[in-house]
Amino acid sequence: MNPLLKIQNVSKTFGGFVALSSVSLEIAQGERFGLIGPNGSGKTTLISCVSGALRNESGSIVFDGEEVSRLAAYQRTRRGIARSFQIPRPFRSMSVLENLMVPLEYVVHKGSLHVSDTRSEALVLLKQMGLGGKAETPSHQLSQVELRKLELARAMAARPRLLISDEAMAGLSGSEVEEVLKILFDLNARGITIIMIEHIMQAVMRFSQRVVCLDAGKIICEGTPAEIMKHAEVQRAYLGA
Amino acid sequence: MSGRNFWIGAVAVLVLGVGLPLAPVINEYFFYAGYMVLTFVVLATAWNILGGYAGYVNFGPPAFFGVGAYAAVLLFKWVQAPLAAQIAGGAAIAGLLGFGVGLLTLRLRGIFFAIATVAVVFIMETLMINWRYVGGATGLQLLRPPVELFDSYTRMLFAVMALMSVAAVSIARYIQVSWIGRGLRALRDSEEAAESSGVPTLKLKLFACTVSGALMGAAGAPMPMYLSFIEPASTFNLSYTIGALGSAIIGGMSHWLGPIVGAILLGTLQQVVTVTISSEMNVLVVGVLLVLFVVAAPEGIVGLFKRIFKK
Amino acid sequence: MLGCFYAAVSIGLSVSFGLLDVPHVAHPAIMVLGSYCTWMLSVRGWDPIVAGVVLMPLFFVLGVLIYRFYYEVFEKRGSDAGVRGLAFFFGLAFIIEVGLILVFGVDQRSVEAAYIGKSFSVGDFRIPMRMVVAFGVALLLTFSLSIYLSKTFTGRAIKAVAQDEPALRLMGANPVRIKQWAFGIATAVSALAGAMLIIVSPVEPAIDRLYIGRTFCVVVLAGLGSMTGTLAAGLILGVAESIVLMQLGASWAPAVAFSLLLIVLGIRPQGLFGR
Repeated sequence: MNPLLKIQNVSKTFGGFVALSSVSLEIAQGERFGLIGPNGSGKTTLISCVSGALRNESGSIVFDGEEVSRLAAYQRTRRGIARSFQIPRPFRSMSVLENLMVPLEYVVHKGSLHVSDTRSEALVLLKQMGLGGKAETPSHQLSQVELRKLELARAMAARPRLLISDEAMAGLSGSEVEEVLKILFDLNARGITIIMIEHIMQAVMRFSQRVVCLDAGKIICEGTPAEIMKHAEVQRAYLGA
Repeated sequence: MSGRNFWIGAVAVLVLGVGLPLAPVINEYFFYAGYMVLTFVVLATAWNILGGYAGYVNFGPPAFFGVGAYAAVLLFKWVQAPLAAQIAGGAAIAGLLGFGVGLLTLRLRGIFFAIATVAVVFIMETLMINWRYVGGATGLQLLRPPVELFDSYTRMLFAVMALMSVAAVSIARYIQVSWIGRGLRALRDSEEAAESSGVPTLKLKLFACTVSGALMGAAGAPMPMYLSFIEPASTFNLSYTIGALGSAIIGGMSHWLGPIVGAILLGTLQQVVTVTISSEMNVLVVGVLLVLFVVAAPEGIVGLFKRIFKK
Repeated sequence: MLGCFYAAVSIGLSVSFGLLDVPHVAHPAIMVLGSYCTWMLSVRGWDPIVAGVVLMPLFFVLGVLIYRFYYEVFEKRGSDAGVRGLAFFFGLAFIIEVGLILVFGVDQRSVEAAYIGKSFSVGDFRIPMRMVVAFGVALLLTFSLSIYLSKTFTGRAIKAVAQDEPALRLMGANPVRIKQWAFGIATAVSALAGAMLIIVSPVEPAIDRLYIGRTFCVVVLAGLGSMTGTLAAGLILGVAESIVLMQLGASWAPAVAFSLLLIVLGIRPQGLFGR
């Protein structure tokens, strides 16, 4: 079966610094995929290349059979790739509901004038995320975990087939991590392929079917969560042993 | 303000705008000064589409305004074009300029765009200084064609500007409340997040730039007729920038009412100060007010009102 | 020669805008302020260069104050602030310009000194003495600033804060204090630049608008944050303007800097030596 996302020999440098060095991997439709690695290993760079926030210098990124590495970010979103940001970036001047209306109006209902329909759709989405009561709240007043949920909700509003969650759980309490994890499991159950970047090991290992570990821009190992945990290289990368 | 109320208000303004000049009772000076105030309403509203809604502060009003004015002069001199055609021509060429400048610089950060607009102002000025056909550095005198319906040409221009103001504000309002406005606000809040939410940021920015430029060009087109004269230095003067920018910021950048409030306030203030003290002092006053508002009340007068009434 | 002068004038901006990312459109206005202060002192018998140097500490304090204000009000507040910061500096520039008009009037001012009005010959060329002086000072300024930024601790800290603020914090330095210091230096440099400006040619309040183009052109062409690049870019601009002056005449000259700026922005926004 064809993979949903196929990354081949992708490289990215910043000035003299090599962030990604010929990275290749494949992700199947409906998979729960984990991406781990120490800080600065290139995880966010990689997914930024996938989402279009950055352009890879070489290699190819094929999404659902189509080469997307030359497309602008918004075009990739419209084709079904969505991401949440590590540090939440809500549209501060807008309410929670309005934040969701942006992807709804620009991806799903392009330019439609039926505001009332989009509003009710946004409200449904918010309720699914547990943010139903905060619809009219200005987005800059949300708590950390609510902001993370908004990030995910906004990504979901674009009706993606591939959702990339970039450290959505960083800094959250144990129960908050559980909340977010449950949301991600539910989304996957509905058929959405999910790439998760996290440092919280137990979350990644519980969630992922397959895990890849990056270090200094290269993949150092790939496999099931159990295999990864035992891998000497991974331990070395994280503990510097 | 709901849609219906807005249109009622708009019609009222139109009636006043055309009716007042027709009434012989009012002092000519009122229309003379009023024309300038209305010009700034259009300029500030146009500026706010790009500067306020999209967040791309720029110093370009003199460039687009001036281009509109000179396009009008060109059309007038070349084919004796009527005022309506001059305005259309001014808007078209200024819009094109807006598109071009946007294409060149909108991929960069905000400040580069702002500096680029200053550059365009000076380049346009230099071009016009060196173009003999439109008068060069010394400028050109223009003969107003005879006016029908109104007692004076100035009165007619006032009516025209009133019409233009209503049109400009309607456009701004539409943009603000529609999905276009939401997209602009999204890209102003976080361009990256907007892109990843499916907003074609470059296209939207170019759109805002073009519309903004076109409206400013339209505002500039009747200017040569207003003065019966045109010359580069005063046309491409950066004080149009501070007037437009100041009006929008002081009035409030997030709402279409803001530039109107700001322009009327600043316009009348300017007239008062210029007449009583001096015209340099007037620029100082605007500058000080601008800094004051930027620092202390960034949401502008409209924003302050909103806050007071929410309580 | 003119190029070096432009470079000197732009160095201050290179630091405040290039390194610190402050949208300092008021930089030329402050420089003109420096020119006028120099003029005031020279009328009382001071040599302009000496006046410029003496003004430097004063302007340093001014710079620190301005930055402090800017930081408190704008940089802290995040996203919307960029827009307003720009408007703030624009307003500031206008206020300075109009203030100067109100105090000094719109006429041009110039200064007298031993080396102004004389020139000396090198082969076929007659070089005005004052240009040589400006050239010398400019060179000195560029090199000393360059050395300062790479050799001293504060200098390197300034460069570091431009690239990686969190890292700097970890090293125990206070980024705000450093930025303040840097901005102060930039402003002090403008004072000297202003002195040179009035040495080289007469000055009037509105001249800052023209220099916005020239200084930003130099800084962008150089690439943000490169001192030596500023020198090179200044030279390029100086040469370009002189060529245009000779071929097309004075009426085209002002547009050179701005056109060059646009071209650079369109083709290679990082400049020649950019980060």
